[in-house]
Amino acid sequence: MNQVTLEIPYEIPVDAHNPVEPFLRMDRMPHIWCPGCGIGTTVNCFTRALLDSKANLDKVAVVSGIGCTGRVAGYANLDSFHTTHGRALPFATGLKLANPELQVVVYSGDGDLFAIGGNHFIHAARRNMDLKVICVNNLTYAMTGGQTAPTTPDHVISATSPYGVFEPSFNLVALAEAAGASYVARWTTYHVKQLSRSMEEVLSKKGFCFIEVLSPCPTLYQRRNKMGDGLDAMKFYKQVSKIRHGAPTSECALTKSGEIVVGKFVDRDRPDYLELLRGQMTESLGDRYAEPEVSCSC
Amino acid sequence: MAKGFVAITVERCKGCGFCVEFCPTHVLALSSAFNSKGYHAPHVVAGEKCSGCDLCGMYCPDFAIFGARYAR
Amino acid sequence: MHADPKGVLTGVHFLDGDHACCEGTLAAGARFSAGYPITPSTEVVERFAWRIPTVGGIFIQMEDELAASIAIQGAVWGGAKAFTVTSGPGFSLMMEHIGYAAMTETPCVFVNVQRGGPSTGLPTLPAQADMMQARWGSHGDYAIIALCPNSPQECFDLTIQGFNLSEEFRVPVMMMLDECVGHMTEKVVIPEADQIEVTPRRYTKLPPEEFHLFEPREDLVPDMVKAGDGYRFHVTGLTHDERGYPSMNVETQDVQVRRLQDKLKPLANGRALCETENLDDAEVVVVSYGITSRVAQRAIQLARAQGIRAGKFRLISAWPFPEQRISDLAGRVKAFVVPEINLGQMVHEVARAAAGRAAVIPVSHAGGSVHNPDAILKAIVEAAR
Repeated sequence: MNQVTLEIPYEIPVDAHNPVEPFLRMDRMPHIWCPGCGIGTTVNCFTRALLDSKANLDKVAVVSGIGCTGRVAGYANLDSFHTTHGRALPFATGLKLANPELQVVVYSGDGDLFAIGGNHFIHAARRNMDLKVICVNNLTYAMTGGQTAPTTPDHVISATSPYGVFEPSFNLVALAEAAGASYVARWTTYHVKQLSRSMEEVLSKKGFCFIEVLSPCPTLYQRRNKMGDGLDAMKFYKQVSKIRHGAPTSECALTKSGEIVVGKFVDRDRPDYLELLRGQMTESLGDRYAEPEVSCSC
Repeated sequence: MAKGFVAITVERCKGCGFCVEFCPTHVLALSSAFNSKGYHAPHVVAGEKCSGCDLCGMYCPDFAIFGARYAR
Repeated sequence: MHADPKGVLTGVHFLDGDHACCEGTLAAGARFSAGYPITPSTEVVERFAWRIPTVGGIFIQMEDELAASIAIQGAVWGGAKAFTVTSGPGFSLMMEHIGYAAMTETPCVFVNVQRGGPSTGLPTLPAQADMMQARWGSHGDYAIIALCPNSPQECFDLTIQGFNLSEEFRVPVMMMLDECVGHMTEKVVIPEADQIEVTPRRYTKLPPEEFHLFEPREDLVPDMVKAGDGYRFHVTGLTHDERGYPSMNVETQDVQVRRLQDKLKPLANGRALCETENLDDAEVVVVSYGITSRVAQRAIQLARAQGIRAGKFRLISAWPFPEQRISDLAGRVKAFVVPEINLGQMVHEVARAAAGRAAVIPVSHAGGSVHNPDAILKAIVEAAR
């Protein structure tokens, strides 16, 4: 990559580098995301959260499904897994249980996590599996050309709803709370500081944590709906978002052009899967219970 | 003297304009020049105002810009 | 290396095939299983769920077979030896993840206790009609290993071997039981741990800066790492280069997909697992596998009693298919008789290998029970005529 910079009226220190670069596989840049897509912005927030959390990056794994956001795993310079469509969560479940010292982050899109992977989402949340889920919600299936997703709002035009969506959509934060998530927040790609802080917060929280990030898709969502480009989406987020920490998630449903309630909605402590497992086995088996040593040298 | 600076990797830019729009001190503008992919990358128009806050870096979806404070 | 004694239930037992298979997984070093209930295979993981908390491992019942078949692969990349178990419709649901395991070269074991199909079919009754699905069920070109035990003892022994082959070649291995073998109870002898050979994972000795996750060794199989060890590796189901990076071009596809097939070639012939009897003078060879091989044994005895020179060729590794062995036989026998509890699957492989040099006679059965030995005998008699 050419490090060409335009003429600037001051000196840049020679050792200056973009703080995201150590977290990314820079030999894979440029990435595949469209101009004005917000996925890269969420990645910035994630890398800064990792930096601020002082996590041991050798012990952080990223698991993605399929789709535009599914490509995050391929760009993260961590142990990273690009799995099958919808199955990032069960893959991550196996990874975490085999190697509990790993911090396992599931980074995927709304179609992947909530349509084809919806069943896995509610069960991983129910079990309070110690996974951090970052869902980039662009309200559509972007990789495949802008089809209707379970998150696409009413009246939106999509490739498979040419006359407008009429199916009710999911309210992801309400779904996550109802299924048992320990932590539920929503931000948009406009809220970079808050998003980064939320991500940092979940990196030190046990249990199933869910962060929804609304993100522009100018190419496949907005174009069909005359909603402008990525920057227009960002301005829209700025204009209509209301920060309401602790808001009842049932009141946080999204519409095509209405208010976007953002904030941290749920932050509760529930024993996670491994704690529950250990508790039950100890109660039933006493000294006969052997601590899992799933990962072996053989 | 500016407190900070921004560094731009022009060839990585896709011209979304997030950095220009959300720079709190209005340091940037989109250039009229094209990069090799045909995008208008940002350039610095008011460098002396840069606080090095790196908000541009947090917004940039293409990892093409970042800001930092000068070491004092 | 030897088996970890914690998982080895040394002694003489009276077990059904499903339970013996479970003991095989434990002896082989499996400490993680994810499953979803389905007849007639659930007993494998029921026993695992009962045994594993005192051995030191985890069983998790997932929400469906899709989840179970990918959770085990997450566990493998976390450092575990892992398996899942299913039957019928569940095996169909697992197909995508068999392809993922093949593409990402994830060593893992899928136990399929076959029942009658298609669809819900005959949940409690046997069939052998998933043999082609085991080989070809996921989309694209790839190769797998499939083993067919015919007794509870073999369910134990071959499950260990299945894990070992899976580690050696970094492929998913299918344990192709059938309802009869799974639910048949017989004596099972489990040896001392130091009598059981276990293949360790091929972990690399290279440091991260020199290591490429999909760079093959001389045997065409790449070495492995696990998450958390500082290698910062990437695994994808997309076509990928030696670094594991997606690479969407004809050249990479050609190199990768050919290697996924070629790495199993040593198993197809020299190391093919089969059991043979009376082949030296045979004019008719009965090719069978799984429960059907035990019925075939009776038919061969009856034929011999009538003076017909019948021989036995039992496929233990159905995939890779022992093509050369069958081809060699085809030059000197009159006919192959191929009984199987399906309407004709492995018989096509036999015919392909025989290439017209010997007659190939299927003895089909639509499923729900085993053959009557007389049906196989009749085919042998006709073939010998």
